[in-house]
Amino acid sequence: MTAITEDLQLERGGRQRRRQVVNFAIFLGPAIVLTVLFFIIPVIIDVAVSFTDMGRSLQVTGFTTEQYEKIFAGDRRLVEVIGLTLIYVFATLAIFNVTFAVILALVTTATNRLTGNFFRGVWLLPRMSPSVLYILLWIWVINPSEFGLLNQVLMTVLGLETPIDPLNDMPVLLIVIANGFIGASMGMIIFTSAIRAIPEHLFHAARVDGAGGFAVVRHITLPALRWPISFVTIYQTLSLLVSFEYILLLTKGGPFYDTTVYALYIYRRAFQSGQYAYGAALAVFIIALGVIFALLGWRLFDMQKLLQRPRIEVQ
Amino acid sequence: MASIEFRKITKRFGDVEVIPDMDLDIADGEFVALLGPSGCGKSTSLLLLAGIYLPSTGDLLFDGHVVNDVEAKDRNVGIVFQSYALYPHMTVRDNIMFPLRFKKTPREEAIRRVNEAAALVQVGDLLDRRPGQLSGGQQQRVALARALVKQPQLLLLDEPLSNLDATLRLSMRTEIKSLQDELGVTTILVTHDQIEATTMADRIICMRAGRIEQAGTPDDLYARPSSLFVASFIGSPPINLVEGKAVNGTVDVSGIGFPATGATGAVTIGLRPEHLVVADTGLPGRIAQIEPMGREVLYVVSTDIGHIRILEQGSTAGRGAGEAVHVGFDEAHSLVFDTTTERLIPDSHVKPPAP
Repeated sequence: MTAITEDLQLERGGRQRRRQVVNFAIFLGPAIVLTVLFFIIPVIIDVAVSFTDMGRSLQVTGFTTEQYEKIFAGDRRLVEVIGLTLIYVFATLAIFNVTFAVILALVTTATNRLTGNFFRGVWLLPRMSPSVLYILLWIWVINPSEFGLLNQVLMTVLGLETPIDPLNDMPVLLIVIANGFIGASMGMIIFTSAIRAIPEHLFHAARVDGAGGFAVVRHITLPALRWPISFVTIYQTLSLLVSFEYILLLTKGGPFYDTTVYALYIYRRAFQSGQYAYGAALAVFIIALGVIFALLGWRLFDMQKLLQRPRIEVQ
Repeated sequence: MASIEFRKITKRFGDVEVIPDMDLDIADGEFVALLGPSGCGKSTSLLLLAGIYLPSTGDLLFDGHVVNDVEAKDRNVGIVFQSYALYPHMTVRDNIMFPLRFKKTPREEAIRRVNEAAALVQVGDLLDRRPGQLSGGQQQRVALARALVKQPQLLLLDEPLSNLDATLRLSMRTEIKSLQDELGVTTILVTHDQIEATTMADRIICMRAGRIEQAGTPDDLYARPSSLFVASFIGSPPINLVEGKAVNGTVDVSGIGFPATGATGAVTIGLRPEHLVVADTGLPGRIAQIEPMGREVLYVVSTDIGHIRILEQGSTAGRGAGEAVHVGFDEAHSLVFDTTTERLIPDSHVKPPAP
């Protein structure tokens, strides 16, 4: 009798375990496969290639650490590139992706719904249009002849004598603005929804308590944006660090190396000069840098708190 | 402290007229309840008083001065919302101190007043917590302290007890009432709960669709409701209402004649359950349902004019379901309304039908 029940229990236990395995495979399997295929394997390949001498011919003749030696000893341009990358990432982030995004969200939620939606839609347009089209417009705007939009405005409205050439005169500012105009929309959307989520009673209470418009923003709205701002900052730091397509299209990293950020530098080394192994070695550092930034942000903004379960209210 | 006057106030949101035309006087130091179902304009009236909304037309007066153009922040009004609306990122201390920040109160004095206000509502030991760490009742008290700390000339309470459990509601009711007595601040309570209104307020303004249906003491509204709406809104369990036709001193309801005085045409008879008794003579019926309510027993009696609720004193039911009984009442407690205008017909009463 007992043997039979034990057998039954065993069988049931076995079935339960199998069920767990099947559930695991169904629910997490696809995500794991994709992560491994597109994130983990590329990193492994990248690290592997970085220890070879792969060049334009894609042939590997042997394993070597010469790429790393080159990075630490030979590449004089690298310091410049890293400096520019930091300026580019933090200027875009500070001016546009966070500050300007907060301002956009505040302004578009303060006006009536229709106007607010319209202007948010306008700011979303560049994100929805192909990057080539977006940059094409920029190239027309900054055209150094008197036919460029910017020069037309400057010369006819403000009475400037000679046309200016932003591409050569202020290339860093140009890539910051071009990226920022697109980047601001993501923060704008996230901050807008966060502002909308603030209970209306809080605004009423604050006004009755004596707060004026700016005091309401400072004491009610901005504190509610603390987590969204943290998230947008970390997320945009990472995406700015690795994205370069707008810069490539707009300035090609030039003039000379003036707008070549780290990610673009990897691209130019690997694909334009055909130094694949050297590019792979450089990419190892951007991966490491990304992880470091993410962890720093995590600590700095105390993101762990955000993920904590809310306390259950006890009467 | 302030006296309040609504002078021909209307409030529209787009095409929707929430308050068609409102005239109202509230005396200095009075405790008034705005009572009505949801959507009757009571909360809109409150936000008009707070300065969140501006009247579409008409004037709002505090102490005889028009305050239409005075912004919310300058009105010196304290408000407690149903959701309490505590600032989630601030401690209880900062929450209570928030209004003083804008009054440029010196730091020392501000701290003293925060401590006083906190002590007044018994949250003195919670000052360093955040709202998320408080229970509903505690949040309620903090919200009250925040409203009182600036010594407002007007205290507004928007359904302040709705989110509390039954026991807590009872004790907060008493506390708010005695607090108001003590401070003497003009207070306006918005509620849909008639018990809250009748127990706390000196005067009740019963509202319906943006209009004042009746204003008076709790006793006025209970004993002399001016309309069917007020009669059915005040009182628990609700009043029994039966429609009939008055001809030659008799109100005929589904073939049963109630001897009546002063009524003609289509009328509605109102009989409060607590004024009815299970008797030997009167309206015949059969007990359909018995609901013991603790101190009282509610009988639902099935009669020829429909189901009639009777509330009888005593903790146990003296009768069983299915028993044949008669419903009796005292003529003086009966109410008669004109069915078409829905208004009370003064001095009109009915007697139980003769056997």
